[in-house]
Amino acid sequence: MSATTLPGAARPSRLRLFEPITLLWVVLIAALLVLVAAPLLKMFVISFEMQDTGEFTFQNYLTAYGRDRYLQAVKNSLMLGALSAAISVVIAVPMAWAVSRTDMPGKGFTWAIVLAAFIMPPYLGAIGWILLAGPNAGWINVVWRGLTGATDPLVNIYTFFGMAFVIALHSFPLVFIFVKSALDLISSEMEDAANILGGGTWVTMRKVTLPLVWPSILGGFILIFLETIALFGTPAIIGIPARINVVTTQLWQFFEDPVRVEVASAFAMPLLLITIGLIGVQKLLLSRKGYVSQTGKGGERREVKLGPWRWVLFGWCLLVALLSVVKPLMVLLQASFAKAWGRGFSLDNLTLRNYEFLLFQHDMAPNAVWNTVWFSAASATIAVVLALLVAYIVVRRLMRFADALAFLAMAPFVIPGIVMAIGFYAAYAGPPLSLYGSALLIILAFAARFLPIAYASSQAAIRAVHPEMEEAARILGSGRLHAIRKVTAPLLKTSLLGGWLVVFIVASRELSAAIFLVGPRTRTMSVLLYDLTEQGNFEVVSAFGGILLVITMVIVGIGMKLVGRDFMLRRGE
Amino acid sequence: MPRLTLNGLTKAYGKLTVVDRVDLTLEEGEFVSLLGPSGCGKTTTLRMIAGFVDPTAGSISVDGQVLSAPGAVVPPERRGMSMIFQSYAIWPNMTVEENVAFGLKLRKLSSAEVKQRVGEILEVVQLNALAHRYPAELSGGQQQRVALARAIVVKPSVLLLDEPLSNLDANLREEMRFEIRRLHDEFRITTVYVTHDQGEAMATSDRIAVMNAGRIEQVDAPHLLYTRPRTRFVAGFVGRTNLLEARVEGGEILLGGVSLGSAARAGAADGTAGDVLVSLRPQAMSVLTTAPVQDDALVLPATVRERTYLGEAWDYVVELGSNGLRLRAAAPPLEAHEIGTSVWLRIDPRQVAVVA
Ligand SMILES: Nc1ncnc2c1ncn2[C@@H]1O[C@H](COP(=O)(O)OP(=O)(O)O)[C@@H](O)[C@H]1O
Ligand SMILES: [Mg+2]
Repeated sequence: MSATTLPGAARPSRLRLFEPITLLWVVLIAALLVLVAAPLLKMFVISFEMQDTGEFTFQNYLTAYGRDRYLQAVKNSLMLGALSAAISVVIAVPMAWAVSRTDMPGKGFTWAIVLAAFIMPPYLGAIGWILLAGPNAGWINVVWRGLTGATDPLVNIYTFFGMAFVIALHSFPLVFIFVKSALDLISSEMEDAANILGGGTWVTMRKVTLPLVWPSILGGFILIFLETIALFGTPAIIGIPARINVVTTQLWQFFEDPVRVEVASAFAMPLLLITIGLIGVQKLLLSRKGYVSQTGKGGERREVKLGPWRWVLFGWCLLVALLSVVKPLMVLLQASFAKAWGRGFSLDNLTLRNYEFLLFQHDMAPNAVWNTVWFSAASATIAVVLALLVAYIVVRRLMRFADALAFLAMAPFVIPGIVMAIGFYAAYAGPPLSLYGSALLIILAFAARFLPIAYASSQAAIRAVHPEMEEAARILGSGRLHAIRKVTAPLLKTSLLGGWLVVFIVASRELSAAIFLVGPRTRTMSVLLYDLTEQGNFEVVSAFGGILLVITMVIVGIGMKLVGRDFMLRRGE
Repeated sequence: MPRLTLNGLTKAYGKLTVVDRVDLTLEEGEFVSLLGPSGCGKTTTLRMIAGFVDPTAGSISVDGQVLSAPGAVVPPERRGMSMIFQSYAIWPNMTVEENVAFGLKLRKLSSAEVKQRVGEILEVVQLNALAHRYPAELSGGQQQRVALARAIVVKPSVLLLDEPLSNLDANLREEMRFEIRRLHDEFRITTVYVTHDQGEAMATSDRIAVMNAGRIEQVDAPHLLYTRPRTRFVAGFVGRTNLLEARVEGGEILLGGVSLGSAARAGAADGTAGDVLVSLRPQAMSVLTTAPVQDDALVLPATVRERTYLGEAWDYVVELGSNGLRLRAAAPPLEAHEIGTSVWLRIDPRQVAVVA
């Protein structure tokens, strides 16, 4: 047999002092410190500093918690979070049960609604609901008055409950996903066991099924509570006119001239601590519930036959669809093509002027569209590349201290976006870097904020590629980089694209982090939309919202085509 | 000059030594198995040979050239070896043909030669009809053949296999053993085969190295390993056995004070003396109802205490009349004895081996 030799003979290579992988590790640590650790640290430090002199002081904390109005904001945030989370649970749990366990019709439709509610930026929903349930001109109230001759409005969105309700209409998908995946793990046999002992469908559900998914419900509740207390858009759009002050809107006010970033930092601390604490609790809940996984996937699963009740459940899903997606979209669409939205659906009210105005005459809108697209693309790219490198080192255990990298990459998960933004402002807005208003600052903040999403998907993707795939290439003669290029990269492509698209979508609608960091030339669509809302021209606002939705839908469509229908709603993303 | 030499090869993770001063030499074209229980260090040894793991001490040479030593390791891609992995590691993004051609292309062969050699090897593993399929469309056995073809086609200096059959179902596993041996007989590639399955090791190997807790306990041809185990571990791990206390005096083995005679002399290494442990295979004994005519064999009265019918044979536990010792003995299916009956136990002295 003829010998076949490899190019490059077999000569021992001395172990170098500085392996390339060590160098990479150092670079990654540095990047993560800049993106994650430095902003938080800086924020913590300046919360104890005097504005001008930098002397140590507790004064910022005294100011931040020294007024009733500020304390009320904290109380309002907590109540709002709890109420929104509770409403979300009420909305989502029956839907999740119906889709996972029963013979309810229209499951595909229900999935589509959940996805749509998830994709729709919450502030667009809020604007839609202003058009629907504003006390004077809101559609529902106009119709109500027309039908009954009453003078008082039927519903008013400018209330505490109204605000919580609107928030819940766009948060419930999280509970749905949590609870459905828990329900999917329960085999019918567990329910049969209860049935045989004499429990009917409802008793079984209450005593067996519900307790098994209880941790997931609570986990979803906590997540929505945290999202709500960190939410800026809806509280600003509905809460400020209604004179309901919450932590995030109060933080925003600390940024009005004169900017008091020290006080804002002090005021943001509880938000950070509550989030870290509750995420810890949630982790504990979901890991302790070993019993859900014990029930195993092996067991047979049958749909519960509901008889006529299935139509009741379907009606519920239909109602949720109407309230969360169909009606708000309808009125937004109408307003975007209307000369005056209050004049209703008629031909002489139709116009393209709003779109035309935004795209061709407005001095900032086209720029904002462009900014949104390229900021989102740039931050998604940075986040995915960084996450991929970190995940590769961590999953393959290439370095001894790899876990430190993973910790930093996941840390932004417990940092509310608004806190992140204040940190970035504190660390990089002023001298020496003076990045305030620059595209770089916003892109870095977005990349940091959504790094955990990118990391979770990269990690899952790399885990799915057996290390032996790469080793098989190496033993046949390819170097590490060649093996990654020829074998690993092609296998990761699809899942990485999925991660990139998800980051792009969430970045393109991000408001709370952007609003603290944008300058005159770096406004994003979300920020401009908020500015337009403040001016009260809802026809133009709706048209702009329409443009944002079209962009989002194009990206979601690409994702579904290339990555898979469920790429947005995969558990853990 | 030997093809592959492991010299005092050692790997430690912190305080834990997982491969401990392993010495092993493979002649060109030899097929050697590393056999041992899970966790004994087989994979680590194999991965050191491949260059994926650096040794803590010792060295690895191929054709007299050192490829691994502490702090100086030739990376896997420059060793000219091939490896077959437990997971097969067939690349799902490439067709069967592309998988097999991968290593050849890296060797900068002309595309005509690549095509020809891929065609030849696919013929050998009977996969030419599936050349343009993707791995997801193949069965487990077919994927295994792709892995074999991909590894063999580059004519490696050494072929490494890490439990290649453990993911196959029982029938296929049996079939693939012979396939692997057939390919070895055809190509004569120097091979190190890692397995925890003694049947696999016996069917495929020229020699077997039995590993335990990071050390090689014995290296021998399969039949010698069975009949002449040198350590207690080897005797117990390769096949089933009875371990008995015995004495060696003047080269003769004494069992319960009775000499096994000259026929048993080969079972004890030269110079052994004093109290020892001997291994006595169940197959080295017969269970008889009448006393046999006297020959070299040792015959002892015993009573049947337990029995299990295994299909291919009876598995008896008999108690010796002299000292109450219980032994496990095998017998053909027709030699059925009731529990409690008195029998004669005939021990073949040639199959007694001193293990410690
Ligand atoms: N990277 C590692 N770090 C620490 N211990 C290891 C590592 N790799 C293997 N081991 C340990 O070394 C021992 C031998 O492992 P291995 O060579 O895989 O055994 P085998 O292949 O014989 O089952 C095991 O106890 C395993 O836990
Ligand atoms: Mg192993």
